[in-house]
Amino acid sequence: MTEHANGATLCARGLTRKFGAHTAVNNISIELKRGEVLGFLGPNGAGKTTTMQMLTGNLAPSSGGISICGIDLLERPVAAKAKIGYLPEVPPLYRELYVDEYLLLAARVHRVPRAARGAALERVKARCGLPDAGRKLIGSLSKGYQQRVGIAQAIIHEPDVVILDEPTAGLDPNQIRQIRDLIRELGGQHSVILSTHILPEVEAVCDQVQILHHGNLVYSDTISALEKFHSGRTLLLGLRNAPPESELAGIPGVAAVEKEGDTLFRLQCAPGANPTDELVERAVSSHWGLYQLSPARTRLEDVFVRLTRSEVSTG
Amino acid sequence: MIHTIAAKELKLLFASPLAWVVLTVMQLLLGYNFLRRIDDFLQLQPRLSQMTSPPGVTELVIVPTFGTLAVVLLFAVPLLAMRLIAEERRNHTMVFLTTAPVSITAIVLGKFFGLMAFLTIVTGLAVLMPFALAANTTLDYGLIASLTAGILLLAACFVAVSLYVSCLTAHPVVAALGAFGALLGMLLAGETAGDSLRTRNWHVPAALVQVFTPIKNFEPLGRGLVDTYAIACSLLLIAGFLVLAIRRLDAMRLRG
Repeated sequence: MTEHANGATLCARGLTRKFGAHTAVNNISIELKRGEVLGFLGPNGAGKTTTMQMLTGNLAPSSGGISICGIDLLERPVAAKAKIGYLPEVPPLYRELYVDEYLLLAARVHRVPRAARGAALERVKARCGLPDAGRKLIGSLSKGYQQRVGIAQAIIHEPDVVILDEPTAGLDPNQIRQIRDLIRELGGQHSVILSTHILPEVEAVCDQVQILHHGNLVYSDTISALEKFHSGRTLLLGLRNAPPESELAGIPGVAAVEKEGDTLFRLQCAPGANPTDELVERAVSSHWGLYQLSPARTRLEDVFVRLTRSEVSTG
Repeated sequence: MIHTIAAKELKLLFASPLAWVVLTVMQLLLGYNFLRRIDDFLQLQPRLSQMTSPPGVTELVIVPTFGTLAVVLLFAVPLLAMRLIAEERRNHTMVFLTTAPVSITAIVLGKFFGLMAFLTIVTGLAVLMPFALAANTTLDYGLIASLTAGILLLAACFVAVSLYVSCLTAHPVVAALGAFGALLGMLLAGETAGDSLRTRNWHVPAALVQVFTPIKNFEPLGRGLVDTYAIACSLLLIAGFLVLAIRRLDAMRLRG
């Protein structure tokens, strides 16, 4: 009950899951307050889906505890599950049903009172961009629409915690933008956990980030704290009349130079340094013909690649 | 909540062609069989009238028709039950139910009663056939009632066993074949085992084996005889396999 008092909707402590000798998830703790959006990152096979399955009561943890709004998920699963909405990696859709039928079924199994079901259906359809899809068979919908129906079934009962496993997978850029707006909107009233490996998505919508690697939590902080964490950025520099690489490497604050193309360089900056001013000045005075100067990766991407490099280098 | 899931199963059954195919095939088989029996009965009638206590039309026409229904169920129930769990797991829709605030017990019972509702419709259609004769002859309504109860009990046994087998695999066809094999095995081995145990005067094991012979437990009711031991055996089989199914699904959450 203490968690509930301080506003935490989801609280997981020391979650561990073993499959035989293999530890898929090792000692993960998550705390989420109402209105927060948590980005859950990790390379494929890092244990994201396993963690989501545990948080939604679909998989029992080997050790550790989960409470949803102060209700223990393992001791009182039915009461706790009523407060969760979950969109798994593969949306659990009955292809033979109409969208309306399916969403009403979702409302029924999530114990939405009979009188409130009609209103809940209309609200969720408007929110997920499905106003005219009600009389369509789910099996005949495009992937983007199926994904929306998947999200709609996860939020029709206004759960306190919404857990979305790769909600934008397989969508076109416009649909991705709509879904992101929806997630941001959901973050207003619900707590949202978003699992993904699309990094800009996390930077765009999340307040908190957790990065998982080989089942261990390797990073857990707010998005704004990334600034402190990241040391040295990577810059892309485009010069039409490029000087020798050694001259670029000699600029204070530049740790390493890598040639990307005939006129494009990748500069690794020294920790804490920002040589952009110096670079621009020299480019102008020496007539290098500067046409591009941009960060090579987002800050999150830097952190992500560094923390999970072993996975990246092995492929 | 059990009722919600049962309603969902029934709706999904009728949303797919499978239910309609099963109903059509079953109705064709039963109709053909029924008409042939009537034909036989009409040819036998002159000889029957010379007997002192001749069997009636209910015994000669309707009892064999229900026997056919039992055989058809033996094939149909595994096919229908494979959808209940195995196909849901294969289509990744099981998560829809396991994430919802519904206990595993409610899921299993909901699925059981959903399929039973469908089989009650099937049985209802079969029961309507004898009433076509009611205008011209007297029927033994007691026997028809006991046959109906017997068939429903037999169907429930088949559903419970098939539902459990459906929990064991995520491959619907494997689930259907497995359930069919299990039911056929019970039919053949159960009876032989019971008989051989009884000839050795091992009455207690023989009585226990009877739990696993649903067809044998159907026979008394099929003759209009209420054998409480046979009914208890059927109920025990149903309860046992439903508990196994619940435990199996629960173990899936633990084992992953």
